[in-house]
Amino acid sequence: MGLTLAEKILARASGRAAVVPGEYVTARADKVMCHEAFVLCALQLAKLGVTRLFDPERVIVILDHYFPAPTERMAGAHAAAREFVKRFGITHFLGHAGICHQVLTERALVRPGELVFGTDSHSTTYGAVAAAGNGIGVTETTYLLATGELWMRVPPTLRFALEGELPAGVMSKDVALHLAGRFGTAVASYRAIEFAGPAADAMSLASRMTLANMGAELGAKFAFFAADEATARTLSERAGEPVAPFGPDPDARYEATHRIDVGGLEPQIACPHNPGNVKPVSAVAGTPVQQCFLGSCTNARLEDLAVAAEILRGRRVHPSTRLLVTPASHEVALEATRAGILETLLEAGAHVTASGCGACPGGHGGVLGAGEACLSSTNRNFRGRMGSADAQVYLGSPASVAAAALTGRIVDPRDYWAGRM
Amino acid sequence: MTARVRGRVWKLGDDVDTDVMAPWNTLTLPFEERRAQLFPSRPDFVAGVKPGDLIVAGRNFGCGSSREQAPENLRLLGVAGVVAESFGRIYFRNCVAMAFPNLGCPGIHPACEEGDEVELDLRTGEVRNLTRNVSLAAPPWTADMLAILEAGGLLEVLRRRLAAQGAGPVA
Repeated sequence: MGLTLAEKILARASGRAAVVPGEYVTARADKVMCHEAFVLCALQLAKLGVTRLFDPERVIVILDHYFPAPTERMAGAHAAAREFVKRFGITHFLGHAGICHQVLTERALVRPGELVFGTDSHSTTYGAVAAAGNGIGVTETTYLLATGELWMRVPPTLRFALEGELPAGVMSKDVALHLAGRFGTAVASYRAIEFAGPAADAMSLASRMTLANMGAELGAKFAFFAADEATARTLSERAGEPVAPFGPDPDARYEATHRIDVGGLEPQIACPHNPGNVKPVSAVAGTPVQQCFLGSCTNARLEDLAVAAEILRGRRVHPSTRLLVTPASHEVALEATRAGILETLLEAGAHVTASGCGACPGGHGGVLGAGEACLSSTNRNFRGRMGSADAQVYLGSPASVAAAALTGRIVDPRDYWAGRM
Repeated sequence: MTARVRGRVWKLGDDVDTDVMAPWNTLTLPFEERRAQLFPSRPDFVAGVKPGDLIVAGRNFGCGSSREQAPENLRLLGVAGVVAESFGRIYFRNCVAMAFPNLGCPGIHPACEEGDEVELDLRTGEVRNLTRNVSLAAPPWTADMLAILEAGGLLEVLRRRLAAQGAGPVA
């Protein structure tokens, strides 16, 4: 019997020939990604007298949630992180190169078929390259850093077959929001997802990362795309060594297959205060927004910034709102600069910030006040997520964010952009 | 840690997320300074919860972030355990790692009203509403999870493992 991606990876990581959904295994990590939570783990390890990690070459530390440090306390935490990195001999310290999931993927530090744990719920993003990325908390990460292993339940897999072709002006974020609205944010609870079908195959790696990232908002443990020839080629270039394609067995068994025709999809908006409270943009058009945010591990890659620049070229951000742009990584910022994208956005009146998580979790660089509304390209709009509990956060695609910046209101981005991803 | 917990029920709904349990700007504060900002949608719960009370919640309790302050805050508020229709997976794993009794029990939400007396048993999976004399069967915690519970949390499991290997401080 064939195996899904989740089954293949967990079987290998637990030293078995095969596993079945529902089975509990002890799995060994291929990679462990830590952001600032690393400091809390390291303090625990020091207290326990641990001097050696299970494998310092499999651990990656990056500082993104509080960069640049918004408080003296966080500056101290960053200094402590650097010190612990040295003490434990961690080879992959990525400093403040950008948002963890973006940087690990652009540097090919996660590979197809790997089991990757991260101190961040959006670690599902690694599924875009067929890696089993999943989020865990500080206590489990502490245990993992010392031992290299954790218990895992083998999840059943849901297959979302994306049929048809994405219409002009509609992005992979709209697909993710549509799925959250239609199936609910718990549809993949205790489950893995595999995205497949012609519309998935046609997506760029960046667009796939958006959907895999939003897998967390469908409740998923893992959210995969097969690593096809195109992904393998991209990763090989980035890694400087050959990376092979990796996919599920053709006769893998799925708990269910949902066929979604994306050909008729219109842009989607998630309304306060849940990513599953989704409406077509036409139903909320006209809603004023005082802030437009283009950032986060979900949607701040080069193609996202390029779409925004296309919409804003030669135009101005409406005076009733503000547009904050936080490129997903320093590399993205550099490429966007070379391509003239940031210049276009700045000319339109956008504010460009340093790469990091920034405004997305309400940390810094765009926190919302009471009564304010924001259209954001991020992943979550829980109450209080971006600041005040009395703020309203709407989620949409980068195109929807840019169009809202032009008008100060949520509008249909297809009135301003007829391009295709 | 005990596998069986009994208490008075606070009833919460579906999709109670980690950001309302532990808002970002409270994460680095001492608990007493966090308290007033927790659960902005249920101030009565934060004001009225007593040590030993339970939460009965709907679907997807704890959806969202990996932040451990979410279950930690519940525990510091005095909550002795949670029974929900289902959990956000990272929240649930954090609860196991912290030895915090949380049990997924389909059918529990309609079977309880606020103020009911409920007992949950992680070992057997039995959930009893003593007020209404109703019993529900949930999947119990696995042997590995119960071992973490009995140790008092995953860090204690690690400490024992290190001690056994001679690689860490002796217990």
